[in-house]
Amino acid sequence: MRAPIHITRLLAMVGKEFVQMRRDRLTFAMMAGIPMMQLLLFGFAINQDPKHLPMGVVNGDSGPLTRAMVAGMQVSDYFRVVDADLSASEATEQLARGELQFVLHVPPDFERDVRRGRHPALLVEADASDPSATSRGLSALSEIGRRAAREVLKGPAAPLQQTAPPFSVTVHALYNPEAHTAYNIVPGLMGVILTMTMVMITALAMTRERERGTLEMLLSTPVRPLEVLVGKIVPYIVVAYIQIGLILVAARLIFKVPFEGSLPLLLGAALVFVLANLGVGVTFSTIARNQLQAVQMAFFFFLPSILLSGFMFPFRGMPDWAQAIGSVLPITHFLRVVRGIMLKGAGWLEVAPEVAKMALFLVGSLTAAVARYRRTLD
Amino acid sequence: MKEDGDAAIEVRGLTKRFGDKTVVDDVSLRVPRGSVFGFLGPNGSGKTTCLRMICGLLEPTAGDGTCLGFDILSQRREIKREVGYMTQKFSLYEDLTVAENLAFVARVYEMPDARHLLQQTLERFDLAGRQRQLAGSLSGGWKQRLSLAACMLHQPRLLLLDEPTAGVDPKARRDFWEEIHQLAAEGLTVLVTTHYMDEAERCTHLAYLAYGKLLVQGDPTSLVQQSGLTTFNVTARESADLAVRLRALPGVDLVAAFGKGLHVCGRDAVALRAALDAVAHEGEVEVRPGRTSLEDVFIYLMGQTPDNFANPSSASIEKGGAS
Ligand SMILES: Nc1ncnc2c1ncn2[C@@H]1O[C@H](COP(=O)(O)OP(=O)(O)OP(=O)(O)O)[C@@H](O)[C@H]1O
Ligand SMILES: [Mg+2]
Repeated sequence: MRAPIHITRLLAMVGKEFVQMRRDRLTFAMMAGIPMMQLLLFGFAINQDPKHLPMGVVNGDSGPLTRAMVAGMQVSDYFRVVDADLSASEATEQLARGELQFVLHVPPDFERDVRRGRHPALLVEADASDPSATSRGLSALSEIGRRAAREVLKGPAAPLQQTAPPFSVTVHALYNPEAHTAYNIVPGLMGVILTMTMVMITALAMTRERERGTLEMLLSTPVRPLEVLVGKIVPYIVVAYIQIGLILVAARLIFKVPFEGSLPLLLGAALVFVLANLGVGVTFSTIARNQLQAVQMAFFFFLPSILLSGFMFPFRGMPDWAQAIGSVLPITHFLRVVRGIMLKGAGWLEVAPEVAKMALFLVGSLTAAVARYRRTLD
Repeated sequence: MKEDGDAAIEVRGLTKRFGDKTVVDDVSLRVPRGSVFGFLGPNGSGKTTCLRMICGLLEPTAGDGTCLGFDILSQRREIKREVGYMTQKFSLYEDLTVAENLAFVARVYEMPDARHLLQQTLERFDLAGRQRQLAGSLSGGWKQRLSLAACMLHQPRLLLLDEPTAGVDPKARRDFWEEIHQLAAEGLTVLVTTHYMDEAERCTHLAYLAYGKLLVQGDPTSLVQQSGLTTFNVTARESADLAVRLRALPGVDLVAAFGKGLHVCGRDAVALRAALDAVAHEGEVEVRPGRTSLEDVFIYLMGQTPDNFANPSSASIEKGGAS
């Protein structure tokens, strides 16, 4: 009888893990609570598309072009024109108080300069303390201005707007040029949430056995290493799928993220990703001496996962060394898989290379876990 | 399966080093089948480490041997199946109930008819009334009882018990020892560590470990004889500094409180006798021949061996000098 796994013993391990999981209220709450909180924080509060941002106009020129632009802003979702005729000092004051997000300065003789082809500049002051809100608004503003010009500038001035915009928009603010939307962020969160909970909770689960002394009992029984490892991992696969379910439902119902591709494909690819992370967690738990160390190691893994994977910053925009680290991490590939399947309807062929890279990591992490697992207390 | 004579455990030259600290040093043990073998020694003398090596939880640095006829180096899995090991520290799951813990152990050992076995064990160890209680919420003595139940559940042929009665009340302790002897009579071998002398006296065999070295082994009476100690009971009305005075006398190797009086022991019977006679002559002190107890022997042994673990640097100097 040399089978590495015996079903009775494996079931004993799995059953025990489930009971312990159920009794450990805090961990249990964490497994459901962390995904919900992150979803709401990232998906809703932080990166919701800004709407109806308060805007003021310092109008040095009240010609038809300016009026058309203000009207355009008024009807757009992005802006709410609070006051279309501010003085420069009022505008500065209100911006400072946070009552206005934007102030649009229209220079005197703006329309005339446009018609003469002088490319005058519109100045926009933006409250950059909320960069993501600002960036979306600004791109909308340029577009609204362009449309207004197209409408108003007919007749002799018409050729002007065929080549380039007849005026430029100068922005006085610092902001993040990346415009994240819920479409991008919610699928990405699936990778982040799974990484965080899987690595941390498995690392803790194994270290706990050592810390509480139960490992000594476990090792004195005929349980095999693989039975212990698989017994630890199986319950967390179930947890992972519950989390994936929660995220998908929230993505659909709350954030209205489309789902273009195949659900089974996503669930299959997720299994590879989840196992890769569980392997990392188990490996950490064989190194960590106590639970605190296990948590620290989990965070050590979590930080690059969130920063260098393309979740926070666009992957291609990162320096080479960061991309090199990022492409080792399974989450980087998983993000591409999830976004590909959910948003672009990617099929098996398109996601296969990314899944292969995750599988490679999985083999590595599980090998490390099995190799590091000790049969004795030494 | 090769049975090694009638020894349940037979190890030779068992040694364990942690870093440069030799925790178990060249220990050779023979535990006969069906014996109740007491393993004694001061704190930190390496008893737990020895047990762990015997049941395959620690890899010996050197030495070999057999346990139930299986090689302790290469047949750990077979050993684990036949041995019940009760750890010194409670090592069952505190967040599982009594019944869940036992059921887990039964399934891990792949016991047939686990349900029936569980019920039987609960009743035998008086745990039925507490079966739904979380193990972590049991009192210390009940935890010990649960641990014992868990390590006997799979009907092992050898029990390794590491201080099984620490913190257990006197009645439970007596019941426990009756149980142990009952099991031994049925052919089970028990290796048990303890710090209690009354328990040591109930063992059929004893071994005494001090600072990693096995000093003596044998049955309790032969240990007393081997020690070569002669003992006198000394009582006095004014006994405040008596012990100190006696200890300074020639021929006195050990002075230990015993009941209301003192046990004075020495290896050189003649010198001891002479010294005590002189003291008795001064009056107010009564000297009568006494019986050397196991406790006297062990306290004497403890005094004979320097604590070479207490100061790691001195230990390594010693070792350096020896090699
Ligand atoms: N994993 C380890 N690493 C380093 N030293 C260890 C380890 N385990 C035990 N020791 C040391 O080995 C020595 C013997 O320990 P052991 O637990 O075997 O003693 P013991 O006889 O069981 O003591 P007690 O009566 O207090 O239970 C101690 O000095 C201890 O510090
Ligand atoms: Mg001990």
